Amino acid sequence: MNRPIRNIAVACLVLFLALIINANYVQFVEADSLNSKNGNRRVINEEFSRDRGSILVDGKPVAESVKSKDEYKFQRKYPDAELYAPLTGYFSYIFGRSAVESTQNDVLSGSDDRLFVNRVVDLVSNKQPKGGSVELTIDPLAQKAASEGLERLGDETKGAVAAIDPRTGAVLAMVTQPSYDPNQLASHDFDKVQAAWKQLTGDADQPMTNRSTESTLPPGSTFKLITAAAALENGVVNNIDDKVKAGSTLKFPGYGYTLPNENGGNCGGNEITFERALNVSCNVAFGGLALEIGQEKLAAQAAKFGFGTDPISGLAASPSRFTTPDTTLEPPQLGQSGIGQYDVAATPLQMAMVAAGIANDGNVMKPYVIDTVRAPNLRVLDKTQPERLSEAVSSTTARKLREMMVSTVTQGTATSAQIPGVEVGAKTGTAQSTPDRPPYAWFVSYAKDGDKEVAVAVLVESSDTARDEIAGGRLAGPIAKSVMQAVLGS
Amino acid sequence: MTTPVWVPRKRRGAELFLTFLAVFIGIAAYASVGLGAEGRIPADTYKLGGALIVVAIATHLIVRRVAPYADPVLLPLVIALNGLGLAMIYRLDLGRQQIDPDRAAFANSQLVWTAVGIAAFAGILIAVRDHRRLQTLTYTFGAAAIGLLILPLIPGVGQTINGARIWVVLFGFSFQPGEAAKVCLAIFFAGYLVVKRDALALAGRRIIGIDLPRGRDLGPILACWLISVGILVFQRDLGSSLLFFGLFVVMLYVATERPGWIVVGGLLFGAGAYFGYAAFGHVRVRFDAWLDPFGDPDRNGQVINGLFGLAHGGILGQGLGQGSPQLTPYSFSDFIAASMGEELGLTGLMAILLIYGLIVERGLRIALTCRDAFGKLLAAGLAFSFALQVFVVVGGVTRLIPLTGLTTPFMAQGGSSVVMNWAIIGLLLRISDQTRRPAPEISTFDSNEETQVVKMS
Repeated sequence: MNRPIRNIAVACLVLFLALIINANYVQFVEADSLNSKNGNRRVINEEFSRDRGSILVDGKPVAESVKSKDEYKFQRKYPDAELYAPLTGYFSYIFGRSAVESTQNDVLSGSDDRLFVNRVVDLVSNKQPKGGSVELTIDPLAQKAASEGLERLGDETKGAVAAIDPRTGAVLAMVTQPSYDPNQLASHDFDKVQAAWKQLTGDADQPMTNRSTESTLPPGSTFKLITAAAALENGVVNNIDDKVKAGSTLKFPGYGYTLPNENGGNCGGNEITFERALNVSCNVAFGGLALEIGQEKLAAQAAKFGFGTDPISGLAASPSRFTTPDTTLEPPQLGQSGIGQYDVAATPLQMAMVAAGIANDGNVMKPYVIDTVRAPNLRVLDKTQPERLSEAVSSTTARKLREMMVSTVTQGTATSAQIPGVEVGAKTGTAQSTPDRPPYAWFVSYAKDGDKEVAVAVLVESSDTARDEIAGGRLAGPIAKSVMQAVLGS
Repeated sequence: MTTPVWVPRKRRGAELFLTFLAVFIGIAAYASVGLGAEGRIPADTYKLGGALIVVAIATHLIVRRVAPYADPVLLPLVIALNGLGLAMIYRLDLGRQQIDPDRAAFANSQLVWTAVGIAAFAGILIAVRDHRRLQTLTYTFGAAAIGLLILPLIPGVGQTINGARIWVVLFGFSFQPGEAAKVCLAIFFAGYLVVKRDALALAGRRIIGIDLPRGRDLGPILACWLISVGILVFQRDLGSSLLFFGLFVVMLYVATERPGWIVVGGLLFGAGAYFGYAAFGHVRVRFDAWLDPFGDPDRNGQVINGLFGLAHGGILGQGLGQGSPQLTPYSFSDFIAASMGEELGLTGLMAILLIYGLIVERGLRIALTCRDAFGKLLAAGLAFSFALQVFVVVGGVTRLIPLTGLTTPFMAQGGSSVVMNWAIIGLLLRISDQTRRPAPEISTFDSNEETQVVKMS
């Protein structure tokens, strides 16, 4: 009977080999795909139990993990929660993560490939793996100034501020109001998290939307900067002293519609200088210029400033648009588009990029919020290198546009942003949407003082201010000014 | 002239050394569970460890006394598995009670059952001095196997737990008689086949190139097996039916030395599996869960969680007490292999599989070297059923084959399983002791010629 027994021994060997090979397959080959499957509580738990890295602003944490006594070992905390929520995002057991918590998750959780050596060292020394930290580009003073500026308009105010360094694209301030408290979503009391989530997502004011990158609204007269740029670039107007058509209304032959000026006034004559037209935000002049430039060239100019692209990495963002793709605009629509109405929609960040491009000699830099990424031992793993998005206009055109923006501050609609002894250029905007809601107040500006530069866009969607008081210069201008002052340190 | 006699070495010293190693694995596992889950070594580690050492030494001394030539490797292997299993069950108690403090703890009862198992092991070694005596009770064991299998079907005694009616509750203790039936059946098969093997192999008619045994030779064993499997199918115990079928076919093959039995068995298994798939909803569910567990994550939560646990463990494991095996339903019994894979990693799981493999290898080696046909058959049957059981349960948990309910020997929580597996090891050691023992000295007639030859003259 020994022969069958030997055969059985071989059969048993095959069975055990099959088990061992299969175990290798599941635990080694298939492990990664299993770990990334939805509903894998082990991976969520593990991530939650890890000493997650901090998100820092000027060396101080705006998101950090502190030890907790429950089963998850660590609790995510957000000091200054509402101020930095649009940047940090939330880190929730049930609802996942957003913004920098999401895009930098590999580093923060410590699973990034660049932290491989750290993980091995931790494994050998039997230490809990620790995440790396992320330093944001935000200037805390500017962030604070922007937030306080919006708050001064009242609790009901909805709006956003985006400020960037024109030379690098580094985001210096990014504020949205109303904001939310990510601590509520990071709580380990899941019933409370559920309730908070329900309340936040059900809120008509959408506090979890980052208005400066996600909400696209008609930019109104601030879009005239782009129309002006296109006019100069395409030779429609050559100098800022050239005369352009003005008056009180723009007629479109063959159409019943006429384009009026804001408040129905005259721009100061039937022919004024190009510079003056921007200073007083003359709709008739820029509507007419748009017709002369043509849809194609105007759209191309907007695209060069970043319209139609996802402008920022590391945050959720909506692309701004000049018009819906594949649409041919009728002359009245093109005229309206030239002054930032009709179908034009932009985010505050996009408008800040326009001002920044003009301030930076026509070069638009790609905005970014992640300055440096560090390992747990503070070794720098990555430092964002500024990257040029495009050359929007020539440096000559940029210089002319700056001159026009500066004179708008000194003698035009944007006087509220004057800072003594500092070069400040700006453009206001009061955009109409539907008749039943108040217009949006915009303010797009830049400032240069010595080795410091900043470009700011402010949007006030609604506030406690009376309707006829709403104007970009009055409402949004002071906020932009305070942000610029904070950055310049003056 | 006397030829030099080969005397096998007893190797009891080696066994003692390996036993200490195995006990150390168990104690170290227990301590690291406490360290991993609660940050400190459990306070009763020294007490428990001391008790374990005492029990191990006592077991070793019994073997040394009553089975001095027994295989020296089996006992340490089993102690290592049992210790690891206990530590893991304790770890899962902690984990499950972290979720819900009211959940039952199993570690203590498992410890008691382990003690009962070791007692059964020692009892068999002491009571059964020669395994060939079991052969005289062939039909008794056959009847006992069927009786044990029927027990759970008796109203009032049997109990349905999780859809399978394989439990007996007596005096507050629940027990799976199927585990004991397996051993009884193996003894019956071995005893019967030893007697009938020549008739089965040679007598009979040849139909279409196949030698069919006579009905009176195959009949009783076929009947006994059919009844067993019939009962198990009725009780919805898929794993055990498969196990009994495999045991039957392989022992038939070993006894008759005819590979045709394997072929016939394989075909029958295929037909049975197809019938089961077509006729029983619960078989279909298992089969579908095997092919595509993520197709219905709610229903296949257990299999999916087991896979998640294994993946979470990766190559080196989370460390004892530091994974989350408690998230998997029945992580302490059916799915303890997945729990081991999660906390000890691929490395640990492979080590455990190797230990199982070594146990099977030692069992088959005993069968090979055994001098009597009954012992040979019994050892081969027990070793193979052990291998098959490990394959079915670990293969089911790791999605190599569809999941069927069987216990992981020596590790899974469950009293009957632990006790009967210790009993199996007792039987194997008994057979190996007989096998390796030097043949009794036969007094030779020529040793003292003077007294032998009487001169008549």
